Amino acid sequence: MIEWIAQHIVAKYNFWIAIVIMLTGLYATVAKGNLLKKLIGLTIFQTAIFLFYVSLSDVGTLSGLGLHYGTAPIVWEEGIHRGYMYVNPLPHVLMLTGIVVSAATTAVGLALVVRLYEEYGTLEEERIMEKEMEIDKRGT
Amino acid sequence: MLPIEQFPVLVVAISLLSALTILLAGWLNKKSCFYISLATITFQFILSIFILRHVLTVGTIHYWLGGWRPPWGIEYVVDALNAYVLIIILFLSLLAAIYSKRSVEHEIDEKKLVTFYTLFQLLVTGIAGVVVTGDLFNMYVLLEVCSLAAYALIAAAGGRALKASYNYLVMGAIGVCFYLLGIGFLYSVTGTLNMGDMRLLLPALYGNKAVQVAFVFILIGLSIKCAIFPLHTWQPDAYTYAPSVITVIISTAMAKASIYALIRVIFSVFTVDFITLFAPIADIISWVAAIAMIFGSILAIAQFNLKRMLAYSSIANIGYIMLGVGLSTSTTLGLTPALMHILNHALMKGCLFMAACGFIYKADLRDIRDLVGLARRMPYTCFAFLLAALSMIGFPPSVGFVTKLYLIFAALDAGKYIFIAVIFFSTLLMIVYFWHVIEIMYIRVEEKGEKEIKVADAPMSMVIPGLVLAVLCFIVGIIWLIGTPMPLMDAINSGLGLGVAVP
Repeated sequence: MIEWIAQHIVAKYNFWIAIVIMLTGLYATVAKGNLLKKLIGLTIFQTAIFLFYVSLSDVGTLSGLGLHYGTAPIVWEEGIHRGYMYVNPLPHVLMLTGIVVSAATTAVGLALVVRLYEEYGTLEEERIMEKEMEIDKRGT
Repeated sequence: MLPIEQFPVLVVAISLLSALTILLAGWLNKKSCFYISLATITFQFILSIFILRHVLTVGTIHYWLGGWRPPWGIEYVVDALNAYVLIIILFLSLLAAIYSKRSVEHEIDEKKLVTFYTLFQLLVTGIAGVVVTGDLFNMYVLLEVCSLAAYALIAAAGGRALKASYNYLVMGAIGVCFYLLGIGFLYSVTGTLNMGDMRLLLPALYGNKAVQVAFVFILIGLSIKCAIFPLHTWQPDAYTYAPSVITVIISTAMAKASIYALIRVIFSVFTVDFITLFAPIADIISWVAAIAMIFGSILAIAQFNLKRMLAYSSIANIGYIMLGVGLSTSTTLGLTPALMHILNHALMKGCLFMAACGFIYKADLRDIRDLVGLARRMPYTCFAFLLAALSMIGFPPSVGFVTKLYLIFAALDAGKYIFIAVIFFSTLLMIVYFWHVIEIMYIRVEEKGEKEIKVADAPMSMVIPGLVLAVLCFIVGIIWLIGTPMPLMDAINSGLGLGVAVP
């Protein structure tokens, strides 16, 4: 039992944290009624994906103990033969792009939230829907 | 001698540069924005014709960005499938650009004109980029480029469009994040992001759970972007409240680019072997598509807003394409019906939305019930609508008829007769809602007075693109029936390993 926990939970704790953060974000995005909070949830969700990618790149994990031996690719410590155990740099670079995309999405989302607030005077989804219904009724 | 190997990257790079040029030129002269955008898209369209010819005569084009050899560098690959979709989306973008001149002047605040065209050009860049790229992560970035442009452009209409755009943003961002997560799983087991390379590495790993989970994530993520039935909730509002020209371009070019991405990942990265290994995948896709075909049509009947009706009709039509995809593994026709409907639906829906937005432009008519006797006031726009609606219903020899015919052939060939019934039922429902509109426009007469009816159609730049598409609905239908493009379809099917043997 303890071995199982060590292998599947302790050794891979960063993936578990990524899953927890991801679901927190997804829950906030779906369940919250406030448009700004939804957007915050979305950002949390995206951040969890970055954590997942960055965790992937750590190739030097000693399974079962949760110890990480990976180093930066350019660092070579004398005496310790682990030159091949460097951290894969590609996922980090991918996530730099991902962060830019996420920032752009958040920026567009925030701009929309500001415009929505100007238009309806509230950010609660239910209130906005009520006001939209009123507009529709007046229209016909 | 033209350097055709360079064209795939030019289609994207010139468009991107043009977007920045529009932003700068807009400071000097606001009028120039439209002409720069039109010239760029025309140029892109001409490039795409050369690309298609080259692909058919010589073969697949590979372009290595920065000269880095794949799988290390990013690669743009254009084979028969890309070239076919690229030409469709750029043709529709071109018509939308022509259409944009008057409608944007009418709907968009003059101060926003410059940024509007900048974003419009970025949208075209993203769409073209999604179609030519051969790298999974690059596709993610380009999907986000066109989505972000689309969110902002939808919101440009103001009012109700803001909430529609916000919902689209949240759904779209979740969808693309799922796609990104799927790529992460694939990368963790294969160590590559290049589609061609991954196709070679994956078969040994089909039993791996990470690969299977990745497939599900990517399928769901891209289904949100395509608005496939249970994941369509953002779509009707976004199509209804967006500015006219944006409705036209996102319902045709952008929807088709997302579906292309889905087909590319399913058949080119995962291949048919993976799908047939897990028997229910194709069946699930077909059944979901069948539900979408009926559900979309039923909801379309319930609508009074013309644009919203067309939006629900789009959901039904995406169902037709996905039914073609679902049936493709078990018939000798392969993807042909799905690919046909990608072109056919773009033509029909482009025309219908152009006409519907023409009514709004000229007389602010959004409700179907207000269209009484409109055929006499706006004869050309209504005629375009009529042709496209007939085509949608499946009047021979229109494109809608050809799609339905081939889907029925595919279902017969696959021995799944239930889908024939679904196609007939969905067609009946389509007749109900399109006939309703046609009857109001053409047959019902205005009750009030015998006032002289003035013929006042929308401006020529808005009528002609619609009429071109309406006439093409029938001409392309005849071309399909003659079978001229069949060598292209065979090339695509054989490239994806489809349509050869029935398992």
